[in-house]
Amino acid sequence: MYSPHTDADRQAMLKTIGVESIEKLFECLPKENLFPDLDLPAGLTELDMLTELEGIAWANDTTQELLSFLGAGAYNHYIPAVVDAILQRGEFYTAYTPYQPEISQGTLQAIFEYQSMVAGLTGMEVSNASHYDGATAVAEAVNMAYHVFRGKRPKVILSPSLHPHYLQTIQTYTDGSDIQLVAHDQTNEISSDPDWLLPLIDDSISLIVVGYPDFFGRVYDYTEMARVAHDSGALIAVTVNPLSLGLLKPPGEFGADIVTGEGQPLGIPLSFGGPYLGLFATRQEYVRKMAGRLAGETVDNRGQRAYVLTLTAREQHIRRDRATSNICTNQGLMALAATVYMSLLGKHGLRQVAELCYHKAHYAARIITSIPGYQLWSTAPFFNEFVVECFLPAEEVNRQLLERNIIAGYDLGQNYPDLKNHLLVAVTEMNTKEDIDTFMEALSEVEDD
Amino acid sequence: MNIPTGLKYTENDEWIQVEDNIGTVGITDYAQEQLSDVVFVEIIADEGDTLEKGGTCATVESVKAAADVYMPVGGKIVSINDVELPDSPELINTDPYGAAWMLKIELSDSSELDELLDADAYKNFCEEREQ
Repeated sequence: MYSPHTDADRQAMLKTIGVESIEKLFECLPKENLFPDLDLPAGLTELDMLTELEGIAWANDTTQELLSFLGAGAYNHYIPAVVDAILQRGEFYTAYTPYQPEISQGTLQAIFEYQSMVAGLTGMEVSNASHYDGATAVAEAVNMAYHVFRGKRPKVILSPSLHPHYLQTIQTYTDGSDIQLVAHDQTNEISSDPDWLLPLIDDSISLIVVGYPDFFGRVYDYTEMARVAHDSGALIAVTVNPLSLGLLKPPGEFGADIVTGEGQPLGIPLSFGGPYLGLFATRQEYVRKMAGRLAGETVDNRGQRAYVLTLTAREQHIRRDRATSNICTNQGLMALAATVYMSLLGKHGLRQVAELCYHKAHYAARIITSIPGYQLWSTAPFFNEFVVECFLPAEEVNRQLLERNIIAGYDLGQNYPDLKNHLLVAVTEMNTKEDIDTFMEALSEVEDD
Repeated sequence: MNIPTGLKYTENDEWIQVEDNIGTVGITDYAQEQLSDVVFVEIIADEGDTLEKGGTCATVESVKAAADVYMPVGGKIVSINDVELPDSPELINTDPYGAAWMLKIELSDSSELDELLDADAYKNFCEEREQ
C-alpha cells in the first residue's frame, strides 16, 4: 500500500532543513508554473471506478473469446494453474531481483534453477538471471560481442529475418555507439536461404545474429554459418523460441556462442505484450562480459548449501563505464513463472507440447494450402508458424475472419510492403483440430469483393 | 606495506621496473591490499600494441571491486603474462612485484620515467591517503 508522508513528517523535515513551509521551499520557482490547476475530472468512488475500468477492459478481444492463430513472437499456450499459484505466494511476489540478495535464499534458488534449466535447454554453459524480453536480450548479445572484442570488431550482421521489433530494439540500443549494424535492412533477401549472409563475414564482424526459428517461422541448420563465423574469429548468436527447443537441436550443439530468446511461451500469459521474459545464455569463456545478474550455488560457513549473486564485478555499479551493459536487474517474477512451467513439464512434457504445436501447425499448413488461393510462401522446415500467401491482402483476410471471431494471423504487409498478401499463421496446443478445420472453412469462404 | 626501492610508481598504484629500455609493469602491494582477494585478471592489450602513457592495459577484479590498470609510461607491448596470471589471479595478492607482473613494454620515451614516483615518494603518497 502506498502511504504518503503525513503533515507531521513534512513539518519535521521542514524543521530539519530550516524552512518554514512548503510554499517557502518552492519560492525560487516561477509562480506561473507552481501548483497549476490541472484540468482533471472529480475523483470517482471505488464502485464507479471499477465500472469504468471494466468497461474499458471489456472492449478488448482476447484469445479466450476468439479463435487465434496469431503469433509473431508471442504465443497462446496453456498455463498450468500451479504457475500462478506459486507466483502469487507472498514470498515470491516481486518483479525484482533481490537487492539484499543473501537473505532471499528462496528467490536466489529459483533464479539458480531457472539458469540451470535455460542452460540445459539451449545447450549452453551459463545463463544469466534473465532480461526484460526477447528484444532486449538479443540487444545485450550485440553489446556483449562488441565488448568481447573490445571494439576491435565494430560490425554486427543482423539477419533481416529477425523479428522486426528486435531489429528496432537493437538499433535503439546501439544508436550513438561505435557498433555498426550490417544486413538488417536488406529486406529484399528475406526469402533467401540464410547462407547469403556468409560472404559478409570478415574480421571486422564481431557477431552474426540469426533466428531459430526466424520471424517467418523457418528453421535452418546454422552449423555451416557457425563454422564460417568461427573461422574468421566472429561469434554467432541465435535467438530462439524456447518451446521449439523441446523438439529442435539445441543451438549449443551447432556452435552458437550466445543464445537469446523470448521466454513468454514458457508459462507467461500474452497480457497485451508484457511483461515478458528475456533469455540469455552463453559459453563460460564469455561470462565476464555477460550483462545482467547471475545467481550461484555455494556453501555457507556451516557447510550448508546456499545461494549468492556472483561475478557482480561485471556489473555497472562496480565496473562503471567499462561494464558491458547498464542492466543490473532481471525479470524476476516472469523468470519464476518459466522455472515453474519448465519444472512442471519436465524434459518429456516440454517435448510433448512442442510436438503438439509442430504437428498441429503442419496439419493446418496442409489443409490451408489445399484451398485454392492459398499457398505456402516458403518450403523451408518450420516449427509452429508459417507464412501463407493469400489471393488478396492479408489485412482483408483478417477483417473478414474477425467478423467470424477468428484472428487469422499476423499481416506481414505491416512490416514488409512486398508481403501485403502474406499472413503469418501460428498454431499451438490450444488450437484443437476442430478449431483448425473451422479456420480452414472460414478461409475458403473469404470473398474478394 | 612492501614498496621495493629501484622501482618507479604511479599515483594509480602501478609499478614499473626498467632494464635496457624494457619495462615490466604490475600493480603494487598497496593496491592488492585495497582490492582484497583478486579473483580475475584480464590483460586487455595485445603483444605488438603500442599504448600511450595512461592507456588501459589490464583489468583486475576482486571480490569487492574492479579496477583498471594503466600504462605508467608509453610503449610497445613486447610480452604479456598470459600463461600463469589469468589462471592464478591470486598471485597479485601473494607476489605483486614478482610472479604477478602483467606486461613488458619497450619504452617509447624513457624521459616519461622522470614523471613517476620513486619508492620514498610513493610511500608518502600511500601514507597520505591512509590519513
